[in-house]
Amino acid sequence: MSYVGVVLISHSPKVAEGIQDMIRQVIKDVPIEAAGGTDENEIGTSIDKIQQAINRANEGQGAVVFYDIGSAKMNAEMAVEMSQAEDVKVMEAPLVEGSYVAAVESGMDKDKESVAAAVEKEFG
Amino acid sequence: MALTVQDVVAWIDKSNETIQTNKDYLTTLDQAIGDGDHGINVARGFQEAAAKIADGNYTSSADVLKDTAMTLMSKIGGASGPLFGTAFLKLSTAVKGNDPVDYATFTTGLKEAVNGIKQRGKAIEGEKTLVDVWSPMADFFSRQADFDGEKIAEEAKNAMEQTKTMTATKGRAAYFKERSDGHIDPGSASSCYIFKALADVIGGKS
Ligand SMILES: Nc1ncnc2c1ncn2[C@@H]1O[C@H](COP(=O)(O)OP(=O)(O)OP(=O)(O)O)[C@@H](O)[C@H]1O
Ligand SMILES: [Mg+2]
Repeated sequence: MSYVGVVLISHSPKVAEGIQDMIRQVIKDVPIEAAGGTDENEIGTSIDKIQQAINRANEGQGAVVFYDIGSAKMNAEMAVEMSQAEDVKVMEAPLVEGSYVAAVESGMDKDKESVAAAVEKEFG
Repeated sequence: MALTVQDVVAWIDKSNETIQTNKDYLTTLDQAIGDGDHGINVARGFQEAAAKIADGNYTSSADVLKDTAMTLMSKIGGASGPLFGTAFLKLSTAVKGNDPVDYATFTTGLKEAVNGIKQRGKAIEGEKTLVDVWSPMADFFSRQADFDGEKIAEEAKNAMEQTKTMTATKGRAAYFKERSDGHIDPGSASSCYIFKALADVIGGKS
């Protein structure tokens, strides 16, 4: 059994990992992957890190991607385009709340479309 | 006049040099209306790009520009990374198979670079971003008939200075709203250095 993955992109590694911890407290089996900070773990975003996180999160059921401010969105879109994965979606929702909703939905065995729809319904 | 593969390599090298020299200034600009990392970001990106292309025995300008693009994208670490990356990638595609790169081809490449940047950043002219250097530069190239180093440098500087009176509505500076007035946009300043480097390469040829 595999689940829709959730990717957390933040400028700060601590923020991304902190959200991961919050979700993990409740949802155990869904892949939640953090892409926080630059390659050197400084404040910023990294296409390479994002791509790797997407690959880890996508266990075959696809993944939904959440981002914070500034370049995070551009790099998220770029990473998705470059990986040419069709079942990965960049979501327009607040990073913490959006990813939490997605993780809960995914944990209920929803497919990627349903997970994305639930997030959109809540925040769209 | 046309740009040889060596000219294109020299363009990236010179861009790197000027950006390293002005790293602190770029950071100062970004401290005023952003998060203060622009100088660090572009200095890191261009350093890596120059190092990358120094190893290659290139026979095509498109390859030089593509390696530059990919390195900038993955090494800059801020918004200017995907944007400069996109610009150089579009230039690369446009000049592919056209060595040496003639003026018309380069001009087409610049136009496509501008379209790419605007699409990626969802920004248009007048939003106080690096679009406000790249877009007027593409227009300027369209109006002219051949490479002219002096004029390119002058035009880029003018475009950069124009951003001073704009209010930011895209990027990190947009959070400062009217407080961004009166400051030069950091990404426009580094873009100006990139065009200044091109102007130097062209100036050295004539
Ligand atoms: N959406 C955008 N469209 C076009 N240019 C942009 C956009 N956002 C930012 N820029 C340009 O990028 C420059 C800032 O680049 P920098 O590398 O410092 O990124 P940053 O804003 O620190 O990135 P981040 O959002 O990751 O913090 C700005 O000065 C502006 O010219
Ligand atoms: Mg910055």
